[in-house]
Amino acid sequence: MTVVQIKDLTKRFGETTALQGIDLEIEPGEFVSLIGPSGCGKSTLLRIIGDLIEPTSGSSTVNGKPARQARIDRDYGIVFQDAVLYDWRTVAKNIALPLELARWDRRRRAAKVREMVDLVELTGFENHYPWQLSGGMQQRVSIARALSFDPALLLMDEPFGALDEMTRERMNMELLRIWEASGSTVVFVTHSISEAAFLSTRVVVMSPRPGRISGVISIDLPQPRTATTREEPHFFELVTEVREALHLGHDMERTPA
Amino acid sequence: MARLVGRRLTDWLPAVVVLVGMIGLWEGLIRVFNVQAFLLPRPSAIATTFWDTRHELWSAGWFTFQEALGGFALGSGSAILLALVLARWRILGSALMPYAIAANAIPIIAFAPITNTWFSPLNKSSKITIAAVLCFFPVLVNTLRGLTSVNPSALELMDSYAAGQLQIFRRVRIPTALPFIFTGLKVATVLAMIGAVVGEYFGGALNALGVLILTRARVFEFNEAWAGVLLACLLGIALYLAVAALERLTLRWVPSTSE
Ligand SMILES: Nc1ncnc2c1ncn2[C@@H]1O[C@H](COP(=O)(O)OP(=O)(O)OP(=O)(O)O)[C@@H](O)[C@H]1O
Ligand SMILES: [Mg+2]
Repeated sequence: MTVVQIKDLTKRFGETTALQGIDLEIEPGEFVSLIGPSGCGKSTLLRIIGDLIEPTSGSSTVNGKPARQARIDRDYGIVFQDAVLYDWRTVAKNIALPLELARWDRRRRAAKVREMVDLVELTGFENHYPWQLSGGMQQRVSIARALSFDPALLLMDEPFGALDEMTRERMNMELLRIWEASGSTVVFVTHSISEAAFLSTRVVVMSPRPGRISGVISIDLPQPRTATTREEPHFFELVTEVREALHLGHDMERTPA
Repeated sequence: MARLVGRRLTDWLPAVVVLVGMIGLWEGLIRVFNVQAFLLPRPSAIATTFWDTRHELWSAGWFTFQEALGGFALGSGSAILLALVLARWRILGSALMPYAIAANAIPIIAFAPITNTWFSPLNKSSKITIAAVLCFFPVLVNTLRGLTSVNPSALELMDSYAAGQLQIFRRVRIPTALPFIFTGLKVATVLAMIGAVVGEYFGGALNALGVLILTRARVFEFNEAWAGVLLACLLGIALYLAVAALERLTLRWVPSTSE
């Protein structure tokens, strides 16, 4: 069943049209990146999929359900640009938050938290408070929290935006490993062309004013992606393709058809 | 336990040196300029009197401390409850907050003679009332600010889990508000002691600290009056430190309080 289905969706904030005529279908197991200039509505689109804001018109369904029902059923996990950890909770307790809300019992919670801490390689930091962690570690806690209740869908808004290039590439590898292990579907917002090309099965290019989808590029690089993937000629071709699509969207903006 | 005190001896030392220096200076100046005892007694005389009259002082201090404590608990408790209600139903909050802020600026202590007529002046209730009203507003204003100053993305995350209001209060708003609540409570400890003692200046039971200070000053027993003031200060500081210790114990996640 299609995981995300968006039909003719428009979102206006007063005078601003943040999104217009968005159509998008995402199939199970896909890793879809949203890329586009600042203000083209990437975060807005992600929030609409998560039913954190409502569209002005059009429809958005998740797992065949209205977005609201999917949210109530906790069908997705979300990672915001800043980690949004609760300062008063330790790493373990932050990861356990969605499990507490879903009324998992203590034993099951502890086991799951241990599994998640291993997954994001934070063993030994379970009882640390967020301020005792580096930015990259905080972001990993936030990813572990989003994954902890095995959501079918993972929404990520520039999760690695604040990280240095080295950490970012390492986090990319970790994310791919997690994605492969969990078999979930990912919608990933980024500003980095090479990150989008490296991670995704599909890149959705957006253009601003009004925000719309100006191109979709299939990334047919073999799985699993490795460090050498970034050095393959075909990777560079795809990076170029994404870059050209971005510029095309930009030109469309300057000379409206 | 060392964590509760929070600082090491070396951190305390400068403050202790200043205290000892001040007391020494006070003692010395009075001797040098031969200041009359009714203006300002020597610290050594106050200390001696404090020790000699300790049983009487302690019973008066305990009486007044109970009033302060009762007022503190009543005023702070009801302020926190009201703040929770106002934060939950914002319309109420925006309707009532201007008055709460205005009331915060009123010299509530001026009502002390009036509460004495509501209850019997000999009764603890009149002082508890004044202390409670004094504590109420700073705790209300601080708690409400804490409950409503939650990071929007922290709330958005709870929304993504389809969490209800009760969950949001329990897991996000109240923890966020705790540092603010403690700020309010610490202000309230000082006000509670002031309310109780000053309330007693307008009439109170014979064995109350405020009454003791007042009657001793009237009969020119200045050392005794000052010993009473000293006890009021010590009790106020003790209450403050107790709340500060509770704060350290509770807010272990805050970098500055754990270390
Ligand atoms: N809550 C809001 N109220 C009013 N306008 C908004 C709101 N949220 C977003 N917008 C507007 O909608 C447009 C798209 O914003 P959005 O945050 O989705 O962009 P973005 O693609 O995520 O940008 P960036 O890459 O900088 O994060 C912008 O013009 C923004 O000003
Ligand atoms: Mg954004």
